Amino acid sequence: MTVVIGFEGSANKIGIGIIRDGEVLSNPRRTYITPPGQGFLPSETARHHRGVILTVLKEALEQAALTPADIDCVAYTKGPGMGAPLLTVALVARTVAQLWGRPLVGVNHCIGHVEMGRLITRAHNPTVLYVSGGNTQVIAYSERRYRIFGETIDIAVGNCLDRFARVIKISNDPSPGYNIEQMAKRGSQYVELPYTVKGMDVSFSGIQSYIEEAANKMLASAQCTAEDLCFSLQETLFSMLVEITERAMAHCGSQEVLIVGGVGCNLRLQEMMGVMCKERGAKLFATDERFCIDNGAMIAQAGWEMFRSGQVTELRDSWITQRYRTDEVEVTWRD
Amino acid sequence: MAVSNFLSKGSLLKQGAEARVYRDIFLGKSTIIKERFPKKYRHPLLDEKLTHRRTVQEVRSIQRCRKAGIPTPVVYFVDYTSHCIFLEDIADSVTVRDHIVSTQHQSHPSPTLEHLAPLAVKVGQILAQMHDEDVVHGDLTTSNMLLRRNGDVEDASELSLVLIDFGLSYISGLPEDKGVDLYVLEKAFLSTHPNTEALFQKLLESYTASSKKSSAVIKKLDEVRLRGRKRSMVG
Repeated sequence: MTVVIGFEGSANKIGIGIIRDGEVLSNPRRTYITPPGQGFLPSETARHHRGVILTVLKEALEQAALTPADIDCVAYTKGPGMGAPLLTVALVARTVAQLWGRPLVGVNHCIGHVEMGRLITRAHNPTVLYVSGGNTQVIAYSERRYRIFGETIDIAVGNCLDRFARVIKISNDPSPGYNIEQMAKRGSQYVELPYTVKGMDVSFSGIQSYIEEAANKMLASAQCTAEDLCFSLQETLFSMLVEITERAMAHCGSQEVLIVGGVGCNLRLQEMMGVMCKERGAKLFATDERFCIDNGAMIAQAGWEMFRSGQVTELRDSWITQRYRTDEVEVTWRD
Repeated sequence: MAVSNFLSKGSLLKQGAEARVYRDIFLGKSTIIKERFPKKYRHPLLDEKLTHRRTVQEVRSIQRCRKAGIPTPVVYFVDYTSHCIFLEDIADSVTVRDHIVSTQHQSHPSPTLEHLAPLAVKVGQILAQMHDEDVVHGDLTTSNMLLRRNGDVEDASELSLVLIDFGLSYISGLPEDKGVDLYVLEKAFLSTHPNTEALFQKLLESYTASSKKSSAVIKKLDEVRLRGRKRSMVG
């Protein structure tokens, strides 16, 4: 049996999870929530993480009913993400690894999402749509890499949603995306927005500028409601995502889709993807907020795979990086 | 005769991302019928708008390419109500994707660059010609290029290459748009065909040599690549 503890804190979530051979023993998490109209800044987010990380670590061990002696390996997020929060979490991971005398493994955050999704859904070899506040990628595995077939050529889909939420002052609690999703359910009027698909790539910056400019004007003149805007934005963004996923599937001849990342727990996105899959006789796999949104178990799971295939990160190599592409990692644990 | 009659008796070849593709005989000719059926996952207004725009664009760009002598299938007939395009059937052809995959497979593990170099040169030339006509394809992948099986694959001038799937295309003279077009191809190319960086480089060299306006486009391509790299990738 191999027990791996994973430390995640690349953005505004701090999570620590413990995995024992595919079983999630614990996965506590805290979120740094900012007031409406504000995003989270690196230094403040790091301060939040520093304040709670030891409490979360204690919870993780207690809920798993384990002691440090039971842990075989310490996994942490090496990147990509915000520098200051990454540093904070890596420092704690490095410290406990030395205290407990256990090896470290630095994990690519995106690979963490993919491996967690595969573990929970048992999807075999899916085309993966990874959508979050910082990433929008369509990924498929071939020849020892998770290869990026499509991605955003500017901002991430979650970033577009978050920034829209700030413009019309939607609450960030529990997350802007969740609140947009709830408001969208009450929207009915479809407002036309720019739609930009380039092959298997997408661009969201045009929609972002357009809606930032137009939103408050349209609301002031009662042309539409905030709910209508949430509805239209979701319909447009998600159509683009489903479209590039379908393009990648047709291109790769794939019959499975896995949605991961924070935006992936949006039920409307899952519903639209499900309709697309049904039309092509394909299968959809998705998870809920426990595993979609950044968490420690996903880092533990990717770390478990890496550790079992013989990878460890020496102390002197246990740095972090803000930029770390999914296809940079050699996948040593799959055929 | 209603277009739906054709579809019901034609044989379904495949369901692509955008459309169902059928093969049938139309006015005595073997014909590919591309039907952009409604996508139920998206809002009906958005769906109608996209479907109509793409059908129009596809036909328009194909016509423009053909006028300039760039090989694309002939458009026989268009029905804007059912969003169907009737196209020439490029007989006895394979996608460039399948061709590269099978070539790589055959000569594994020896280097395959020499065998595929003439093809890369040819693709570069045709794309240069297309961009010089201000046609931006919008969905360049190796699945959207057909290679006729006759002809010598070792000689670029003998290769017969046909561009297809212009649904995302548009007319633009901007180096930015052409640069993104090449960027999309580069990513699709390298993710579909691992370890072919040198081959793609060959393609770009051929593009640069063939296009009259290549320097501005390649400069933009470098910029767009950097945009991708610089992109903040917060989890």
